[in-house]
Amino acid sequence: MSDPAIVVKNLTVTFGSRSVLNNVSFEVPRGTTLVILGLSGVGKSTTLRCMVGLQKPTSGEIYINNKNIATMKPKELDQLRKRVGMAFQKAALFDSMTVGDNVAFGLREHTRLPEEDIQRIVAEKLAIVDLEGMDHLYPSQISGGMQKRASFARTVATDPDVVLYDEPTSGLDPIISTVINELILELQHRLGATSVVVTHDLAGAMLVAHNIIMLHEGKIVWSGPPKEFAATDNPYIKQFREGSSKGPIRV
Amino acid sequence: MIRFFESLGQSVIAILDYIGGLALLLWDVLGFLAAGGLRWPLAIYQMAFLGVNSIMIVLLTTTFAGMVISLQLAHVAVQYGVSNIVGGGVALAMARELGPMLTAVVVAGRAGSAITAEIGSMKVTEQIDALECMAVSPIKYLVVPRVIALVCMMPILALFSDMAGLVGGSFVAEASAGIPQEVFYDSVRRMAVLDDVTRGLFKAVIYGTQIALVSCQQGLQSGRGAAGVGQATTGSVVISMIIVFMTNYFLSAWLFPIN
Repeated sequence: MSDPAIVVKNLTVTFGSRSVLNNVSFEVPRGTTLVILGLSGVGKSTTLRCMVGLQKPTSGEIYINNKNIATMKPKELDQLRKRVGMAFQKAALFDSMTVGDNVAFGLREHTRLPEEDIQRIVAEKLAIVDLEGMDHLYPSQISGGMQKRASFARTVATDPDVVLYDEPTSGLDPIISTVINELILELQHRLGATSVVVTHDLAGAMLVAHNIIMLHEGKIVWSGPPKEFAATDNPYIKQFREGSSKGPIRV
Repeated sequence: MIRFFESLGQSVIAILDYIGGLALLLWDVLGFLAAGGLRWPLAIYQMAFLGVNSIMIVLLTTTFAGMVISLQLAHVAVQYGVSNIVGGGVALAMARELGPMLTAVVVAGRAGSAITAEIGSMKVTEQIDALECMAVSPIKYLVVPRVIALVCMMPILALFSDMAGLVGGSFVAEASAGIPQEVFYDSVRRMAVLDDVTRGLFKAVIYGTQIALVSCQQGLQSGRGAAGVGQATTGSVVISMIIVFMTNYFLSAWLFPIN
């Protein structure tokens, strides 16, 4: 297997006296999808935010394409961010812009492509997420599921090497959730990008993951491929799989 | 007693921290401007939204301010037989103090709150994070155009204020104290000089910078949820006004010294 696209070493994040992540380490091989599972508040989204430089780690190292994010200067970080796409939990579309302008935003900011090429790419990306002809609508004029899909189109508009998804199916009905998960799979196949998906949607995790890690109280309590996840007797995984209130995970 | 000094110290540190944050924001804005990072289309849009759309409310407010100054001044002046100073008095009050100050109050209330609410809601809905993730600086994209818009529009609005106050004052002087328009404007020409106006407009530029920085800072620091945005917006107007009023004293003492 080629060198990993993402390496996280001893990542620790504390907010005041509260430890959110405690010596978390993992690797994501290039072109694969890692799913981070766990209850709300165990540090899943914080891990993603650290990986894109939105949150400074208290200690530890994060390498993306062999470059350590934790020690980067702002200009270097911006260069790296042009190759990393992040899809946010609440879509985070710019509400003052149309869907088309949202998707075109990164291209207009960071490339010198002529407007007709940008429009062609926007149409292409919107077609991938099944939103053809919606480019003139504002985010407030489309449904939550459509907003998520539009945000995926924006995330992958610049063909990033690494795509991070923060709770892509939270708050969506089961059918739209499946559509979103299939979309993540399709984007991964089309782009060949390395992806990290933070979720507590088990069905989605089993569908899109090459590897799964389970976070609990800021630590990794299990890691492995989806097949092992379905069969393991690890008490944390068992409890999470069964959705039981009894077990080592205390709410 | 110790608790009192502890809380006093904490308040002082919080104030210094806030002022330091504003200074750093200004430094970043100047850095982007020096590097040619101003996006004119965004700045022009903000000039229209924050400046042009404030003209009517500024005119309305300052016309009545000029009228009330004239009302008070004209009666006293007539009583003491110096009705030929009313125009000059209104002109000086408007150009030196009321024009820039009232404009700042209106702009802080209308434009400043709009800036904070917009940036604050962008923060709550992760749009600011999205900008950063797309390698676009929120300061360059959101703050710089708004600062430039208010720096450019505030003196223009203040000039409109000066004129509106003067016109309102002249009508009231004539209607309430029988001072003819020509006497009123002759007094303006004798007592007010161009420096009074330009220095007043300079004050407006300073207030515009302060209001824009405070409003953007409040938006960028707004807490989570609708309540956080609401608090940030209220704070933006209150802090802007306090800073403008405090600065006004020192600017007036410096720009209009008593000889």
